[in-house]
Amino acid sequence: MLDVPPKVADAGDGAIHQHSVVESIMVRGQRNRTQAAICILLLTSACSGGVLDPQGPVGAAEKLILLNSLAIMLAIVIPTIFATLAVAWWFRASNTRARYRPSWSYSGRIELVTWSIPAMAVLLLGGIGWVGSHDLDPPRPLVSKVKPITVQVVSLDWKWLFIYPDLGIASVNRLVVPAGTPVSFQLTSATVMNSFFVPQLGSQIYTMAGMTTRLHLQADRPGTYQGLSSQFSGEGFSRMRFTVDAVPPAQFAAWAAQAKGSSGLDAASYAALRKPSQRVAPFTYGSVVPGLFGTISGQKPVPATTPAKKV
Amino acid sequence: MLGKLNWSAIPFGEPIPLVTGIVLVFGISAVLALITLKGWWPYLWREWITSVDHKRIGVMYCMLALVMLLRGFTDAIMMRSHLAIAAGSSQGYLPPEHYNQIFSAHGTIMIFFTAMPFVVGLMNFVVPLQLGVRDVAFPTLNSVSFWLTASGVLLINLSLVIGEFARTGWLAYPPLSELQFSPGVGVDYYLWSIQIAGVGTLLSGINLVTTILKMRAPGMTYTRMPMFCWTALASNLLIVAAFPILTATLAMLTLDRYLGFHFFTNDGGGNAMMYINLIWAWGHPEVYILILPAFGVFSEVISTFSSKALFGYRSMVLATMCICVLSFLVWLHHFFTMGAGADVNGFFGVMTMIIAVPTGVKIFNWLFTMYGGRVRFEVPMLWSIGFMVTFVIGGMTGVLLAVPPADFVLHNSLFLVAHFHNVIIGGVLFGAFAGYTYWFPKAFGFKLHDGLGRAAFWCWLTGFYIAFMPLYALGLMGATRRMQHYDDTGWQPLMITAFVGAVIILTGIGCQVLQLIVSIRQRDRNRDLSGDPWDGRSLEWSTASPPPAFNFAVLPDVQGEEAYWGVKQSAIEDKRLGDEPEYEPIEMPRNTPTGFITAFFATITGFALIWHIWWLVILGLVGAYAVFVIFAWRQDEEYTIPVEEVAAIDRKRRHYREQRLVADRKPA
Repeated sequence: MLDVPPKVADAGDGAIHQHSVVESIMVRGQRNRTQAAICILLLTSACSGGVLDPQGPVGAAEKLILLNSLAIMLAIVIPTIFATLAVAWWFRASNTRARYRPSWSYSGRIELVTWSIPAMAVLLLGGIGWVGSHDLDPPRPLVSKVKPITVQVVSLDWKWLFIYPDLGIASVNRLVVPAGTPVSFQLTSATVMNSFFVPQLGSQIYTMAGMTTRLHLQADRPGTYQGLSSQFSGEGFSRMRFTVDAVPPAQFAAWAAQAKGSSGLDAASYAALRKPSQRVAPFTYGSVVPGLFGTISGQKPVPATTPAKKV
Repeated sequence: MLGKLNWSAIPFGEPIPLVTGIVLVFGISAVLALITLKGWWPYLWREWITSVDHKRIGVMYCMLALVMLLRGFTDAIMMRSHLAIAAGSSQGYLPPEHYNQIFSAHGTIMIFFTAMPFVVGLMNFVVPLQLGVRDVAFPTLNSVSFWLTASGVLLINLSLVIGEFARTGWLAYPPLSELQFSPGVGVDYYLWSIQIAGVGTLLSGINLVTTILKMRAPGMTYTRMPMFCWTALASNLLIVAAFPILTATLAMLTLDRYLGFHFFTNDGGGNAMMYINLIWAWGHPEVYILILPAFGVFSEVISTFSSKALFGYRSMVLATMCICVLSFLVWLHHFFTMGAGADVNGFFGVMTMIIAVPTGVKIFNWLFTMYGGRVRFEVPMLWSIGFMVTFVIGGMTGVLLAVPPADFVLHNSLFLVAHFHNVIIGGVLFGAFAGYTYWFPKAFGFKLHDGLGRAAFWCWLTGFYIAFMPLYALGLMGATRRMQHYDDTGWQPLMITAFVGAVIILTGIGCQVLQLIVSIRQRDRNRDLSGDPWDGRSLEWSTASPPPAFNFAVLPDVQGEEAYWGVKQSAIEDKRLGDEPEYEPIEMPRNTPTGFITAFFATITGFALIWHIWWLVILGLVGAYAVFVIFAWRQDEEYTIPVEEVAAIDRKRRHYREQRLVADRKPA
């Protein structure tokens, strides 16, 4: 079948999270052997980097739901496929051993079974879906002893602005978060609709002008994860990518301190940032106009005040 | 004078659309010149363009769909070949502004102008025949419906040569599709071609619902209707209920774009999420509008080629009507990631799964239809078995996407793209092809070439799996839909595999084109004189192939389920046909150019609206209105077929039947 070589670890940050399937099977041990087997079944020998290689609690829970649901359905689907082929072949017109029953077209008992099998499967899946929707509802805070940090996300044409309101800094196209710490996102759009998505961390959520959505994610381990917009947003859509760097808390503090040295995000620099552009190299802002996110999501003009030094 | 239209609308600087445009213009001119030189215009005008015969209209719908399938597939193979290249540092050969038009056109054309005309065409052709009646309820309206659809097709293809098409995806989500972000004429082409075709579809829906509810043959009670009629009823009820939502939604977007309204804009209190809710309130029923008639085709085909009645008929009817109702309660699963909250997501997720129950029942019932049968692996049956296997996989991934937490990571990914192609190709298209092969001899009096039909099936089936299974994997790896370029070269092998699959499908399409040509050339070899080439069970097989204009010399008197099977069995038992009926003259509706002329003015109106040529808009509207007024004042709407002609035609049919009865009696 498809033979894609396992992805070789990149140099640099990427090395932490990228490993071959074989390794991932070994690392996770017997407990996840079935999952790994399914993973191979899906022909994704390059599982790493995708939603089957989650690096946080949300993504891991979603992967589990995905695989459980798949397993429940495969238990019905695979026999059905084989039964279809077998029945069609056995009852082929040329098979003299097959009994022809031209008038047999009703059986109450069989009908009961044909309605029950999918109904019972759906009962089970419906339960998974209902409970999962509540447990993993994006606005629901993650359970953790660590105090979450807040990040405000603004989608622009065609780049991402990440504001850290508690730190008074901002970053473009690069989201730096402390590993093991829940991140509480508030999201909006300064342009068309986009969808904020980091496949390895889990849930995506739309960003919409004039509205604020909420999302909670966490990266368990340090590493670099790819982020993207998964909602088509025009010409620069394919290049509207960003990296998520999950770093140890100390390193995060160092990064924030360093970012403080950058120039500020005020009305003028925001106006410049808003102009459509593609493939913008990541950079930081050392200060942010207070309440900038609120003015963007409320679609009010950004006040032309000097940026506050400390919030 | 010409609004926004000027020479810059012609893509002189872009080689791909320019060359395509030139080839198209030359191709169409060549066809028109050939028709003129051969003097075929009077024939075409008399027998096809002005025809109000449901069979002719059905055939024209299907022909339109097949041509548009070629157009839509051209877009598809361009996308697949581009993505096979555009990895890492390579940018591929399609710049984003062109690529975005291609995927938008591909989706719009495949849904609105391939799948829709195909199923509407099959329903138009088959339903009156199966019900045992002479035409649909409103024959002229039927012609208007078809020509309005053709008008939409013309407009959308015009965008290839004059101006541009939308770059906003097949559903044109605002605010991207608003004037602020899409100032060009692309979205306007999208809006007006769909609005005009949509009116046609709505009228066709009303027509078929009325036909099924009010015009069945004597004795054809609801529970004696063939399964295809039931699915057609459900599908057309959905059209009548859902298409007005589409029309209203697009009208609101039109008001935003043309008159500065703020329904869905970012500013002025607009809310784009309203559009997304509304468009899917139409969009989800739409997928059932497409798949239900396909389910009907499979029911007919599997029963016929298993030489057995459909298993669990009442159960199937119930399942169909369940799907019909439930399809309106699931639309939100297209945007679980909007942040509507856990209860809302949970509800729509569960509803979506529930709809899988009646669908699953159908699969099992087809399986039990084959059980105890004598299965003949003719081409329509191959499509049906291919469908059963493929569709359960597509259904499974669909239910997977209906689990909200799973959707949070799969939404908008290539996994989703693989899923809906899995159900639309494996379901709707396979169904359309099964129906096309099954009813072709009924429409034209000869069968399609068997070997090429088999080759086409196997190419489509393997091509489908090779093209779309990699997309499932890519989706899990984090690849999103509508991307024009990707950085991760690790994805490239799967992208190339998908392209190879598309090439295999192309081979399948090539086989189908060849099949049509070869079949027409060898038509004398594959003639069906009996009118019943597959040993069918419903009424369409009781009349000649092709059926006379009046379908049935005498309206059938239906005695039970499987109306024709019963008649055939008693003829075999009695070793003779029933007594010759008393023939009477038949009144049939006259041909009328109303549909064609209405569509002509609709096209002008649409084109003028797209380019803001206001005087032409007024001219077009006045013209279309005038056509209606003139039609309303017509004097004689029907003509009479004399009794001698009816008798002569029907005696010929009976003669062949008697011959066959004698032939069947002799031991082989």
